[in-house]
Amino acid sequence: MKRPEAVPSIVRALAALLSLAVGGLVVWAVLGLPETAGLREVVATHMDRSGVTHPVTAVLLNFRGYDTLLEVAVLLLALIATWSLRLAPPDRNPERPGLVLRELVRLLVPVLIVLAGYLLWLGAHAPGGAFQAGALLAGAGVLLILVEVRPLGRLSPTALRVLAALGVAVFLAVALLAMGRGRLLEYPVEWAGLLILAIESAATVSIGLALAYLFRGDEPARRADEDGAA
Amino acid sequence: MDAIGQLTLAAIDGVLAFAIVGLAAGALSVRSLFTGVVLFIGMGLVLALAWVRLSAPDLALAEAAIGAGLAGALLLAAARRLAGPVHPQKIGSDEEA
Repeated sequence: MKRPEAVPSIVRALAALLSLAVGGLVVWAVLGLPETAGLREVVATHMDRSGVTHPVTAVLLNFRGYDTLLEVAVLLLALIATWSLRLAPPDRNPERPGLVLRELVRLLVPVLIVLAGYLLWLGAHAPGGAFQAGALLAGAGVLLILVEVRPLGRLSPTALRVLAALGVAVFLAVALLAMGRGRLLEYPVEWAGLLILAIESAATVSIGLALAYLFRGDEPARRADEDGAA
Repeated sequence: MDAIGQLTLAAIDGVLAFAIVGLAAGALSVRSLFTGVVLFIGMGLVLALAWVRLSAPDLALAEAAIGAGLAGALLLAAARRLAGPVHPQKIGSDEEA
């Protein structure tokens, strides 16, 4: 494994200088920002058309929906890239996971799933939403991977791929349907709340699945070939 | 807000700022990958508190759950893979070869 010491000191000095210069530039830019409220006023005046009451969710899922669409797509892309590396499955722990860990996971996973649903629902009117809820689901997934329990083991690799792509697919479908009546991602006002909830629900599942499978590293198809034990 | 309250908040902000920079510097400079990842996770958690102080609870939630929690788990998994398939326990120790 390469250590930082292997890098010549002149390169490190140059890197330090460059970092300081960029850092100074950023500080200068921030100090030079004009004193305005940004887009706060614009968002506040259009909140009643967003379908939600929490301004952050209104911006993320409605006013600037395509940013979030691209974020969910980037996560899917990362998962596809990781799967294409054809990593070996994580090492099997030679010993059975400890009793404390197994019992902790047994207690925590249901709580995490309920909390994920709560955060997803809460996102409409308070801090929360798909990414936070998906992260909690993925946390539950990582815990299950650590104790080598695989609740999704019975699903076919194809089904897992469909679930991983569900967030992007639903988001894109809604975006294109909205385009029929206006522009891309311009939801009809009366449907906005429901559409946002549908997008966020699908995205939560996909984000949770993608992050947990990034932790595993290996591709589902290969595992299905290698051990049918699941 | 009274003077003592403002002073306390300023002190908390100062501690947060120094802790974030200190943990980041530590994460980059320690020899052991494992220690570096642990410091990175610690930095993520302090950073989440900083987002709370900046009145951005949405970002605080995301930073704690994704930035510290899952990115930390992913980095630990990557460090384990880097350490090689045979001795996964080696990531906890410095490799003084």
